Amino acid sequence: MNRLATQKVLLNSLLIGVAVPVLATAAFAAEPGKSSKYVAPKTEYGQPDLRGVWNFSSDTPLERPAHFKDREFMTPEEAARVHRQIEERSAAADQAARAPASASRDPGGYNQFWVESLAQQTNLRTSLIIDPPDGRMPPFQPGIKIEAGGLGPDTGGERPVRFRVGGVRKDGPEDRGLSERCLAGFNSGPPFMPSMYNNNVQIFQSKNTVVIMTEMIHDARVVKLDNRPPLDPAIEQWSGDSRGRYDGDTLVVETRNFTNETQSFRAAGTGTTLHLVERFTRVGKDRVNYQFTIDDPATFTKPVTVLVPMVRADGELFEYACHEGNYGMKNMLSGARQEEREAVGKK
Amino acid sequence: MHRTVKRTLLSLVGSLALLAISFAAGAQDKVARTPDGKPDLNGIWQALTSANWNLEAHNAEAGPVPSMGALGSIPGGLGVVEGGRIPYKPDALKKRADNKAHWLERDPLAKCFLPGVPRATYLPFPFQIVQEPQTLLLTYEFDAANRIVYFNRPNSQSQVDSWMGYNLGHWEGDTLVIETTGQMEETWFDSAGNFHGPTMKVQERYTPAGANALMYEATITDPEVFTRPWKISMPLYRRLDKNVQLVDFKCVEFVEELLYGKYRKGVAK
Repeated sequence: MNRLATQKVLLNSLLIGVAVPVLATAAFAAEPGKSSKYVAPKTEYGQPDLRGVWNFSSDTPLERPAHFKDREFMTPEEAARVHRQIEERSAAADQAARAPASASRDPGGYNQFWVESLAQQTNLRTSLIIDPPDGRMPPFQPGIKIEAGGLGPDTGGERPVRFRVGGVRKDGPEDRGLSERCLAGFNSGPPFMPSMYNNNVQIFQSKNTVVIMTEMIHDARVVKLDNRPPLDPAIEQWSGDSRGRYDGDTLVVETRNFTNETQSFRAAGTGTTLHLVERFTRVGKDRVNYQFTIDDPATFTKPVTVLVPMVRADGELFEYACHEGNYGMKNMLSGARQEEREAVGKK
Repeated sequence: MHRTVKRTLLSLVGSLALLAISFAAGAQDKVARTPDGKPDLNGIWQALTSANWNLEAHNAEAGPVPSMGALGSIPGGLGVVEGGRIPYKPDALKKRADNKAHWLERDPLAKCFLPGVPRATYLPFPFQIVQEPQTLLLTYEFDAANRIVYFNRPNSQSQVDSWMGYNLGHWEGDTLVIETTGQMEETWFDSAGNFHGPTMKVQERYTPAGANALMYEATITDPEVFTRPWKISMPLYRRLDKNVQLVDFKCVEFVEELLYGKYRKGVAK
């Protein structure tokens, strides 16, 4: 999480927190895109208008919890209960954080003011995965390793470290996750996925170009709409290379040419084999459905399709200048060297 | 009668063909327009100048890394500052000289920090404009820097300083005017130590000069550092390469050894 990294980021999050009402709870119809007769407004080029800032925070798990069995949707009562539980957990976490810190204790990170723990609008789905129909990840191909970090102790493992948060050790910067190195955002993808905070994306549209800009890591992914030939496979990029087209009221974006230094999806595989298909559909005045398919037969035995509802945000994107304020990297590495010196001194 | 009609039609076709030819010839210079009648600035642009080395006139010189030889040497340039010299206050001029003497350790670009405005414009990298009626995005190949320019919030203010500033746009005729405030103090104008203070204001003007060029001007106002506002100008050229697109130059990875190498295991003392 790069907790110490960027005072600036903290400030940015604060402003977003103010600008965006985090606890809006207006319930949505189960699947507004299918039932409503909504017609998307058009840009001056006749394209469905997707412009503006959208928030993709979510409290729906990626995979369907076992107790829902084959149920695709919750009842509104069940959803309200889940919300109450999340709010109670958040309040308890804040209460615990107020306890006086001691020298030995982790000083802690964000309190709940920062955290986008609830979706902006209720999603009755029991999982973000809509295909496979059981709402669960398909099996990995044989031999595919899960490589995941986290906020806890270092996990050990080999370079390149393709996961985002945490690290394998602290010998050098390359041992840290991609978001600690400010090379990729922990939620910026592609595909972008709901995470702890800054779940914001701005979409720009001109005649031949769309830009998908996540707040995290200030990544402006340019989508070319002009049917140009495929990019040379020698070009490998952090966010791949995106080509798009409009299919009715849906923007369809296909992305390849990801770098080998990122994962495919869900802590597995590499970007090299990922073919990502994203669909952005304006389904209401304040809502765009973000649906994406992970097509990576080298890593997964079946394609995976995920639906993340996005809600219009009144705020603006702030500059996520991660690298410029990355005191965390220097502190982690020099702290590890200090620990080594102290260990030698004790012998 | 019949023949007259035929002749008239023929001559009409002839003059249409002529018109088409002259239109094609003139198309090179015709400024494309968006449906709302504004100049269409969408596309990929790049400056061709040595301004990033030094905004003022400067001789070519050897670079700082001997092993790079001519590859790392610095090209000369005629300068892009109106009147030739940046009007520093006396103390600020001393600081510029000190910056220049400590160029490599101080130039924020060496660390892959976001370049700020106006420096982002004349780096030796392309940038792309994506134009909407109410918003315009400038996205730069260097370090994936970008600026969102707002047309619809006049007189609003930056809420927090940033490296690429708070950018408000408006049109004056066919000129796109961007007022940039709220920039971090740390950015430089070039690799010659030219710098600014925390309250700098930049006014940029992008004026189409035919279909494939923009005349670019930037006026710098910063009374803490300069005795008066001063201006740079240069053309920006449309990149006409077939299928041109921005490619990654996410340089953070390239500077980890520079910034963190001394903290590595086995290296740190």
